[in-house]
Amino acid sequence: MSACLQEAPLPHRPAARPPAGPGWVGEPLRLAALLAPAAAVFAAFFLLPLVRLILIGAGGAEGWSAYLTTLVDPGHLDSLISTLALSAGVTLVTLAVSTIAGLFLVRHHFPGHAVLVALLTFPLAFPGVVIGFMVIMLAGRQGLIGTITQALTGGKLVFAYSMAGLFLGYVYFSIPRVILTVMAAAEKLDPRLEEAARSLGAAPWRVVADVILPALKPALISAGALCFATSMGAFGTAFTLATRINVLPMTIYTEFTLQANIAAAAALSVLLGLITWAALAVARSVAGTSVAAAG
Amino acid sequence: MPDSFHLDAVPIRLERCGKTFAGSARALEPLDLTIRGGETIVFLGPSGCGKTTTLRIIAGLESPDPGGRVLFGEEDVTALPIERRNVGMVFQSYALFPNMTVAENVAYGLKVRKLPRPERTRRVEEMLDLMHLGEFAGRRIDQLSGGQRQRVALARALVVKPRVLLLDEPLTALDAKLRDSLRLEIDRLLRGLGITAVYVTHDQGEAMALGDRIVVMAKGRVAQVGTPREIYYQPADGFVADFIGTMNRLGGSARGGTLSIGTASLPWSGPEGAVELLIRPEDLALAGEADGHLGGTVAAAVFLGDRTRLVVEPADGPALTVDAAGRSELGRGDRVWLRVDPARVLAVP
Repeated sequence: MSACLQEAPLPHRPAARPPAGPGWVGEPLRLAALLAPAAAVFAAFFLLPLVRLILIGAGGAEGWSAYLTTLVDPGHLDSLISTLALSAGVTLVTLAVSTIAGLFLVRHHFPGHAVLVALLTFPLAFPGVVIGFMVIMLAGRQGLIGTITQALTGGKLVFAYSMAGLFLGYVYFSIPRVILTVMAAAEKLDPRLEEAARSLGAAPWRVVADVILPALKPALISAGALCFATSMGAFGTAFTLATRINVLPMTIYTEFTLQANIAAAAALSVLLGLITWAALAVARSVAGTSVAAAG
Repeated sequence: MPDSFHLDAVPIRLERCGKTFAGSARALEPLDLTIRGGETIVFLGPSGCGKTTTLRIIAGLESPDPGGRVLFGEEDVTALPIERRNVGMVFQSYALFPNMTVAENVAYGLKVRKLPRPERTRRVEEMLDLMHLGEFAGRRIDQLSGGQRQRVALARALVVKPRVLLLDEPLTALDAKLRDSLRLEIDRLLRGLGITAVYVTHDQGEAMALGDRIVVMAKGRVAQVGTPREIYYQPADGFVADFIGTMNRLGGSARGGTLSIGTASLPWSGPEGAVELLIRPEDLALAGEADGHLGGTVAAAVFLGDRTRLVVEPADGPALTVDAAGRSELGRGDRVWLRVDPARVLAVP
């Protein structure tokens, strides 16, 4: 029956076109009309300010070469490198902590499990200022760690107002985001894959290396990229802890408000954006190929 | 099949292996079972009957309740985790590593065992050839069909020369035609390798075709252990009779060497009194009015090619399923007479 239908020559019909008539607007026009509001918002609040920012960056005495001078300025370069190092460190530590905790939380159910998951995701809503305040309460001059170390050793350990404090705050702040992604991915892991690996003689650490991590890789890369980008651009925590912490957002703030060096601030902003965007793009392409490979 | 593939046939003994999961009813009542070396044993039953739990206890993925023991040959493996039991596992979902090629999947167990690379490559190639997968060695898993994937899974499990091959519903995810061809291939492989194999399925056709013996399970208990013929022709109880194939149930009474079914009387040597008779559809023969024992009307006729399956409603009693010849022209509403061969009737008091 179906064979007959297939063999019968189909009458060749031109593609149906909607009838032209009053009230009908061309398809491209209609699409353009639908896109217009989004395009307007995009232009007004993203494209125009960005172009303006790029132009301001080149608007100083040096012109476009200001971008290069900004970059090679020892202070700025230092700030850029320490920001990159901080973000990379935060990303790695967050991924390690969140992967272990996320896997544990998915695999083991115990009384208080739901409460613990809810608590872990609590910092999601906190602004950077609150995170900074919490770091000060923990590791500041009157902080918990300081009090304990003084009682134990006589010396007060205070590291809230430095890179170490910022590191702690960022890790705390990033864990919820990453842990939720890891948990979502871990729930989709096929337990049979691990059982198959074990049946072939793989020890537990080998199962993690050969089965679990490859399966989590796409999730880890995308969560890590977001964590990295957030750490690159975060400002509130650094601002709360100390104005002298040498990270790029603080440098931009200093150049902009204190030095009134608006061109340099703009150039640094564009650089920060570009570097973070490039890191995300690379991560996405790596994650993309590994997703395809995983089928 | 090359000699290098022949595997040691290790017998397996389960002693009082029960399983109770925390916070739920007992999944498996304590079970004693000896699986002979080289034997293919099939655990058959509906879902939740405990068959997969038993397989997982043999594998080492679950430990039996205290008091239970699992023995491979003379070795007590109860305390060994799966990675130290040297078993091969094949799953319904294939469970192939998606981040590895076909050859890498098959090589995985050898790599874990730290076999030198040349030896590893040689054995993987041999195994891929044996499974007709040679041309797929470099393929990614997502480039294979379901049947090919399951053959890779078999190759991966067998290449390490396991002491026992454990198959958990390996054909369930495949479509009917592939299922038949892969079933034949598994049969050929198990016979050829001489490996002890435990096969879990809910499909009685697979169980009959593959099992040297079948363990029929229900609600965490063993209902019957026997060869496919024993299970089919001498079911231990009504559950086994109903679960395997189609079984007619008919009321009758036996007294003084005579069995009365409806108005007919037959010579009888079975149990006396009111009995329930179990009769397979193929053991009810169509007959003429003169020599038939039971009369009825055809309520449905399904042409199955090699036979026509009739549902016959007698004047009283439950409907009977009868197999007639494929070319039978009988149809709905026809009057028929059925003959019962007392030698082929199983009576349950």
